[in-house]
Amino acid sequence: MASPDRVSFRLNGQPVEPSCPPERILLDLLREELRLTGTKRGCDLGTCGCCTVLVDGRPTLSCLTLARLVDGRSVDTIEGLSPAQGLSPVQRSFVEHGATQCGFCTPGFVVTATALLRRNPHPSRAEIEGAIAGNLCRCTGYRKIVEAIEAAAGGR
Amino acid sequence: MASVSESPYRLLGRRIPYVEGPLKVTGRAEYTDDLQRPGMLVGRLLRSPWPHARLRSIDVTAARAVPGVHAVLTGDRYPTPFGVLPITHDETAIAVGKARYIGDIVAAVAASDERTAERALSLVRFDVEPLPEHSDPRMGVSKVDEPIHARGLAGSNVQKEVVQHFGDVDQAFARAAHSVRVRGTFAGVTHAFTEPMATVAEATPDGRLTVYSATQVPHYLHRALSEVLGLPMHRIRVIKPEVGGGFGGKSDPLPHEIVCAALAIETGRPVKILFDREDVFYTNHGRHPTQNDVRIATDADGNLLAYDIEALIDGGAWSSFGTVTTYYNGVLSMGPYRVPNFRYRGRRVYTNRPPSGAMRAHGGTNIRYTIEVALDRLAEEIGTDPFDLRVRNALPPDSTTINQFRITSSSFLECLSAVRTASGWDEKFRKLPYGRGVGLGCGFYISGSNSPIHFTPKMPQSTVHLKVDMDGGIAVHSMQADIGQGSNTLLAAIVAEVLGVDLDRVHVQRVDSDVSPIDLGSYSSRVTFMMGNAARRAAEELKERLLAAAAELLGRPAASLKVGHERFELSEDPSVGVPFLEALHRAMETTGALTSSGSYQTDPRGGAFKGAKAGTAPAYSFAAYVAEVEVDHETGEYRVEKVWAGFDCGRPLNRLAVEGQIEGSIHMGLGQVLGESMNYRGARLFNPSLLEYKIPTPQQMPEVEILLVGRDDPAGPFGAKEAGEGPLIATLPAVGNALYDAIGVRFTELPITPDRVLRGIDRRHAEGRGWKGR
Repeated sequence: MASPDRVSFRLNGQPVEPSCPPERILLDLLREELRLTGTKRGCDLGTCGCCTVLVDGRPTLSCLTLARLVDGRSVDTIEGLSPAQGLSPVQRSFVEHGATQCGFCTPGFVVTATALLRRNPHPSRAEIEGAIAGNLCRCTGYRKIVEAIEAAAGGR
Repeated sequence: MASVSESPYRLLGRRIPYVEGPLKVTGRAEYTDDLQRPGMLVGRLLRSPWPHARLRSIDVTAARAVPGVHAVLTGDRYPTPFGVLPITHDETAIAVGKARYIGDIVAAVAASDERTAERALSLVRFDVEPLPEHSDPRMGVSKVDEPIHARGLAGSNVQKEVVQHFGDVDQAFARAAHSVRVRGTFAGVTHAFTEPMATVAEATPDGRLTVYSATQVPHYLHRALSEVLGLPMHRIRVIKPEVGGGFGGKSDPLPHEIVCAALAIETGRPVKILFDREDVFYTNHGRHPTQNDVRIATDADGNLLAYDIEALIDGGAWSSFGTVTTYYNGVLSMGPYRVPNFRYRGRRVYTNRPPSGAMRAHGGTNIRYTIEVALDRLAEEIGTDPFDLRVRNALPPDSTTINQFRITSSSFLECLSAVRTASGWDEKFRKLPYGRGVGLGCGFYISGSNSPIHFTPKMPQSTVHLKVDMDGGIAVHSMQADIGQGSNTLLAAIVAEVLGVDLDRVHVQRVDSDVSPIDLGSYSSRVTFMMGNAARRAAEELKERLLAAAAELLGRPAASLKVGHERFELSEDPSVGVPFLEALHRAMETTGALTSSGSYQTDPRGGAFKGAKAGTAPAYSFAAYVAEVEVDHETGEYRVEKVWAGFDCGRPLNRLAVEGQIEGSIHMGLGQVLGESMNYRGARLFNPSLLEYKIPTPQQMPEVEILLVGRDDPAGPFGAKEAGEGPLIATLPAVGNALYDAIGVRFTELPITPDRVLRGIDRRHAEGRGWKGR
């Protein structure tokens, strides 16, 4: 830990060292301090998955993670998974399949799906449903989200 | 009327990805909580811990003295009552005189940060007198000690009573060959959208107030702010950022929105109020806990003779949309069937619980479950197939109901026949092994209301403005509210379709009351129908002017031209034409930027009796669903394997969005069957979180086969009707009736949890039935 009131980690590939009181939650650090608002606050209780980010490549609920715990680690948010121009294959597939409606849960799903496909490039439908089971969506009934992930896995 | 399977249009009728999709998948879409303003304060609300209490006095001295506190508000500062319906203004921004439920807002603070705000609220001191707690609507129907509101009927807690009688129900029952009686009991359910409510407000030295809010109806918020704050509407600007779902829960003007604006006025600083999930649950406005007693009579052949319905509806602490709910629960019980005699008594009763209000398929869901289960029973008693019973009684197109709804297009029979075939019904019904079953459920819903909440029924329900300048981009302004259903996409697509241009030329602007003409927003399944017609008219007006300019350039009469793709061309020889931009620039020579306006207003509808307008609509959607279930008779758990959804939304204009609405509706309807329930002990809600209030997960979603069998509606834009709410209704009874086919148990109480399934199976065994004999 670089300094007692700071946390030092790689954020979307870049080293950062924001000030961070010990009780700060990662979601608050990202949204309020670092102004990365793509990560959404849906419940603050780890129930909805809207705040999912990757910590060392693993989907993690940022609302249940003390920010100090990512010291020395690597954090990727939806902003970091988005190319400078255009969309990632998962993002493109979500758009083409209508897997967004209100869009509030979407960053969490994209983050979760991206991690799944990195770990398992050709998941079965059951594996996809299992991977996204921690993300709630109230608009789509999940069908188009599952189809979008399947299509992204198929490279279409 | 043309079949809608082939689209004659370039864009409409196809699968059109949502225009804001790229912003949403990258996290770039801007929701209210993403907004930051310089010097912004944190607004916080103190909620009542008392279910019902007189607030004798409130001392905010210590709270105000906390360093960093900029304002502390109590109810007396802005006591003007408001409410979504002009006839039932019974809410205040902050409780005045009484707290009416656990969660009622009793004080508010604006402070430099969250911790300071919380500290200040902990120092507000109350002198309260506890009052009798009313949590059972059955006890509220007659005179009570200390009614929740003074406006309760004759000293009771009855907020609204509706009594209607058409034909002669008693005479019809007297000559009936068959009749059934079903009591349907429904727990309250809530919207559970993913984005908690949020509002940002800023009062500026020019005397204006700007309010950003997660709302479905920016216009109603605008009016409520004006009424309560005493500011003329033209000094208030309402902006709707992206909204993370609503389903009815963000359609009332809500007290925290007014409180946030009041705090901004008091402090002179921008203020944000952001809800946590508990705030969302206590704000509720979800589907009403309801008890429906239904009697249905038929003749020997199964022709419906009469409905006799009595409903008791738990309203919670406020009126909200409740007067409409009370009507809808009756008047939406009849269609999609012909019912010659009808009697209804509905009472909505205030309780000291979080208010109920409008939720997707408002007023049409609980009663529909009760009716459809009753019809399933009737079919069995008569010895006819449930499909045949529905076909026999189907409301025909171009007809009028006994309560004078005018039905225009209906493909209800086509819905029935499509799902009967696709589901393999005739091979499955009563023929599957014990534990597996199929069920039929049907429904219909309004496509907008002929009786909107508006200043005057003479004003249009929707207006759309277009502006195109020399860059060739078409800016679209309207107060229609995209809350995720895809109305921005449809708006852009309609304009592009009429003008023959690519979708990327059309830019739907953020809702901003300073520049957006009034549309009544996203509720009552009105948007496609009304905004769509207004958009089409606005685009037609622009098209005429562009065609005239193209005609000048070609030296041909405008009547000889047609719209091509990004050009205007001769009908007889499309190789001769003018590109869109050239025609545009010619047309601009005399006027500069082109602007146009289109609006939509409903025709007068309905009878002359009291309440006759409730449920009247310019068109109705129709649905017939079959569900197939598998029940584990040892655990009581069951899985809905598949839903065949036959739906008539007229012409589907964006198939991707229509499918999304149907799949999402099935998810939400299924939730109410599987386990969603606002659980109360008395007045106390004890599951205000998404951990304890469980919405279905991906693994619980059935396979869905969608069968769109509608035909062009004569008044809908390009033949379209609604697809946002009607698709929910049929889900619930299809599953309930499938469970009966699977295990022989009638479920008349929702949700149907595994313990209720097990108890039902046990009851069946005790009767000497069950197992293979069902």
